[in-house]
Amino acid sequence: MTVAIPQTLREALAFSSANPNAQIIQGGTDLMVEINFNHRKPTDVIALRRVEEIRNYAYTADKSKVIVGAGLPYQKMEHGEIAELFPALAQAARTVGSPQIRAAGSIGGNLGTCSPAGDALPVLSALNAEVNLRTETGSRDISVHDFMIGVKRNDRKPGELIISVTLPIIQGWQGYAKVGVRNAMVISVASCCLVVDRKLGAISVALGAVGPTIIRCRETEQWLATQIDLKSISAVAPNLLKEFGERIANESKPIDDHRSTAAYRRHAVATLSRRLLVRANTK
Amino acid sequence: MSNATKISTNRDILGASALRPDGAAKVSGKFEFSSDLHAEHMLWGATLRSPHPFARIISIDFSAAYKISGVEAIITAQDVPGKKTYGLIASDQPVFASEIVRYVGEPIVAVAADHPETCRRALAAIKVVYEVLTPITDAEVALLPQTLQIHPDGNLIRHQRIVTGDQDLQGDVIVEGTYEMGMQDQAFLGLEAALAIPDSGGAGVEMYVATQWLHEDQKQIAACLNLPLDKIRLTLGGVGGAFGAREDISLQVHCALLALHTSRPIKMQYSREESFYGHVHRHPAKIWIRHHATRSGVIQRIESRMVFDGGAYASTSSAVLINGITHIQGPYKCSNATVDGFAVRTNNPPCGAMRGFGVVQACYAHESQMDKLAVACGLSPVEVRLVNAMVTGDKLITGQVVESVAPVARCITETDSIAMPAPLAHDANALEIVGGSGLTSLPHNIVRGVGWGVSIKNLMYSDSFDDFATARCRLQDGVVHLKYATVEVGQGFVILAPQIARSVLGVDEVVIDPVDTRIGSAGSTSASRQTWMSGGAVDGACRLVRQRLFEHVGKLHDIDPLRLVIEDTDVVDMLGDFRISVIEASTGVLFEETFEHHHRPTEELDANGQGNCHVAFAFVAHRAVVDVDVELGLVKVIQIATAQDVGRVLNPIAALGQIEGGIAQGLGLAVMEEIVLDNGKMRNPSFTDYLLPTALDAPEVVAIMIEEPEPQAPLGAKGIGEPPCISVTPAIAAAIRNATGRDLPRVPIRPQDICL
Ligand SMILES: Cc1cc2nc3c(=O)[nH]c(=O)nc-3n(C[C@H](O)[C@H](O)[C@H](O)COP(=O)(O)OP(=O)(O)OC[C@H]3O[C@@H](n4cnc5c(N)ncnc54)[C@H](O)[C@@H]3O)c2cc1C
Repeated sequence: MTVAIPQTLREALAFSSANPNAQIIQGGTDLMVEINFNHRKPTDVIALRRVEEIRNYAYTADKSKVIVGAGLPYQKMEHGEIAELFPALAQAARTVGSPQIRAAGSIGGNLGTCSPAGDALPVLSALNAEVNLRTETGSRDISVHDFMIGVKRNDRKPGELIISVTLPIIQGWQGYAKVGVRNAMVISVASCCLVVDRKLGAISVALGAVGPTIIRCRETEQWLATQIDLKSISAVAPNLLKEFGERIANESKPIDDHRSTAAYRRHAVATLSRRLLVRANTK
Repeated sequence: MSNATKISTNRDILGASALRPDGAAKVSGKFEFSSDLHAEHMLWGATLRSPHPFARIISIDFSAAYKISGVEAIITAQDVPGKKTYGLIASDQPVFASEIVRYVGEPIVAVAADHPETCRRALAAIKVVYEVLTPITDAEVALLPQTLQIHPDGNLIRHQRIVTGDQDLQGDVIVEGTYEMGMQDQAFLGLEAALAIPDSGGAGVEMYVATQWLHEDQKQIAACLNLPLDKIRLTLGGVGGAFGAREDISLQVHCALLALHTSRPIKMQYSREESFYGHVHRHPAKIWIRHHATRSGVIQRIESRMVFDGGAYASTSSAVLINGITHIQGPYKCSNATVDGFAVRTNNPPCGAMRGFGVVQACYAHESQMDKLAVACGLSPVEVRLVNAMVTGDKLITGQVVESVAPVARCITETDSIAMPAPLAHDANALEIVGGSGLTSLPHNIVRGVGWGVSIKNLMYSDSFDDFATARCRLQDGVVHLKYATVEVGQGFVILAPQIARSVLGVDEVVIDPVDTRIGSAGSTSASRQTWMSGGAVDGACRLVRQRLFEHVGKLHDIDPLRLVIEDTDVVDMLGDFRISVIEASTGVLFEETFEHHHRPTEELDANGQGNCHVAFAFVAHRAVVDVDVELGLVKVIQIATAQDVGRVLNPIAALGQIEGGIAQGLGLAVMEEIVLDNGKMRNPSFTDYLLPTALDAPEVVAIMIEEPEPQAPLGAKGIGEPPCISVTPAIAAAIRNATGRDLPRVPIRPQDICL
């Protein structure tokens, strides 16, 4: 086994282009578990921990968006500027694992693994994030919706590195909530991210752990926009709230497994989405 | 005559919050656990396990595995020179399955190789052909007469009744219910591991192992290896928790066999996943129970049918069953009973000892009933328990008279006197309320509930078993050496033993010799028994040495030894002004004594479940305050108030540690800890999915220790390890019922049980 430890992004891209089947490791909080279980036996590894260029964030030139490095650990999203700009991302980051995991784990890794229970992913989906991929010679930006293609499957091509995600700054309330069977350090049983865009008068709702990949509830989003004026803050009538939750649940596609039941998961996303909508319309 | 002066020191004697010597090492990662053991030229051992809950083995082909370079040995049932089976009570479990596998994870083959990865490849290269059979995974089905018997010993491991008093009595008030408990895992953190070093010539083996009972392991290993006992020498390896899961043999015989086979040291250690397959669990149980009472809530009669799923092999199931049925009355007076108990064999993972040992299941059922009885009689949970609280001198449904101190009412009233936690603030920190970091809930989503649980727990082994403990004390030059085979699993004997020696002998320096089989048995570190039993042995040995010391000093200084006492670190004449330090008095002289502590004998139960089967009892009350998000079914335990009957506190900080830890374990069983089984297969053998409470799940614990010294106990102290985890589970369940109005007849209580 060879381990490349590039110090710069350029070096990293050179390594990955030269060895497109090398296994990328960022925080290792998913990969090392898989290696320990013998699910993966990498022969060549590229470790990104030293690549500082992907461990920070920056505004786009027009300041309308923020580019978050794929290697930025969750810990750095919990507080500070990122948390102020993207509260839902901060909340999702705080629910990930333990302090040790949050010191190492990253959005790049969450996208790389692409588990339906990945906590950053519903937020990326609700924010309509773009995933920025790069090789030594080229780059492409792809909508997160197109990037996530199935249970633990994504659109990354051999040799590509996820270098960042681009998140639009949205005026309006946003939040993330996750149900697990204990109060911390738990894999999601069901989760929901809700983002209100007050300028456009639009809402987006994304669900985690209730389908093969993250589910965007587009029908319900459009329906709600016809029911209330999302450009202003106003209380949502109880019957509307109820229907909202039911519609969200209908868009979910959960299964029964050892962590929970499909019925509970449906109930949970209905409840979480209603609660988030109420929070959005009281603040 | 010495002119030593009396110096008052803060000595780590009995009653002091002395700190464990291994504490800092464990917290900082420096403690050597069994999995850290290493020997020159050692090989690694690994186990091939059954993927099926029930199957016939048609053939095993390891020709391909043998070809892998680095593989040194592959052994199966044929290579077991002695007894082919083992077990704590019945010897019904094969060292290696050879014809039939009866649970997922049953060992079939062991390999030794130069590296764990070579072992893994060798296991993968072994081809076992199975004829898969339909597993029996429901204990009730296993009991039916037409059901296939899955073991030559039959599907019924033990049936025991308790029949006493009026069998026809009908109470004015009758409450009944059926209660179920899922399979809990001990989930100790230090995984199973051992190192076996063969004697040259292969006539014996030296083993370092993490276990709960060295001498029992020694006996079982020797029988399987067909070697005399003294050829199997065991030394305790560093243990990281046990909770019952290390009472049974796991890798010991395999490891010793491989060492003899290869004439090389063998290291074996389980991964977390293998650990779930490699040890026994807490019995899932189904308990039907009916209480007859007067209108004022006085219990007159109980009827119960208790079914414990023992899994594929007997382990300690029969003893667990006896504990279950003999504790089904709870800490309450009751003179008429009809109880039927079954320990049943199925193709589920084997179950055996776990903290609380059968009483956990019984307590969940009887405490759920007490709340129903309270409602039926218009009493509060506290009132109904006080009305029925047992006292010393009461006769149990087995006919045994409770001779132990029994401050049941005091446990309840003192718990009741503990202040309730502050109500949930409307601006509470989101992380610290229900849902925790998931931010699911706001204070207005949350309902608070309060619930009670009270329990009785037997101490030491029961049913005529003489589980004695041995200790040796050596005093010379003011230094005490203690020798015993008492296993430290985290309970704190490692600090208690020197505290005893310091108190009895007035020394400060106490050295604990290696814990091994080069002295008599200490019995198992289980059943809340080591403070009482090994504490009694150390105390006894130290007292004998003290007597020798007094005789020696008396002779030298012409004082009647009867007049001599220990005061701080001196030997003092009670009636005169003679005083000499223990150091000086013992300089150049060796005093050595060995003592065996035996508890009073117990009896086996007769056909009607009558007999003095238990040694002693301890009691505890728990009051749980929980916050529930009723709509999402999420729970946070806010506070556990508890008053525990401890006899005497020998080390306050260690006692509190047991109480807090036990409460966390009982909390786990109430709301999250369960091995999920699907037709005999574990669905969650990992800490990703077998959830243990985290710091955000652990409640505030407010504990009162009730000190009424137990006359039977050598140090006046009762065992305190198990009681904390017993009634806390039903207390939490009751609090959730209180908050939600739901029946909740099964633990762990899952979100969907609350809200769907
Ligand atoms: C104890 C524990 C608790 C956890 N709890 C949670 C939780 O609550 N919520 C949650 O969502 N997850 C959780 N996880 C999973 C994990 O922490 C997250 O998925 C995390 O985001 C992974 O990031 P990483 O940097 O460690 O990824 P790594 O393990 O380094 O990589 C994961 C995958 O992504 C690929 N990859 C990583 N970076 C790149 C890149 N820049 N370009 C291309 N491919 C890349 C890797 O090749 C690999 O396939 C937990 C894990 C553990 C061990």
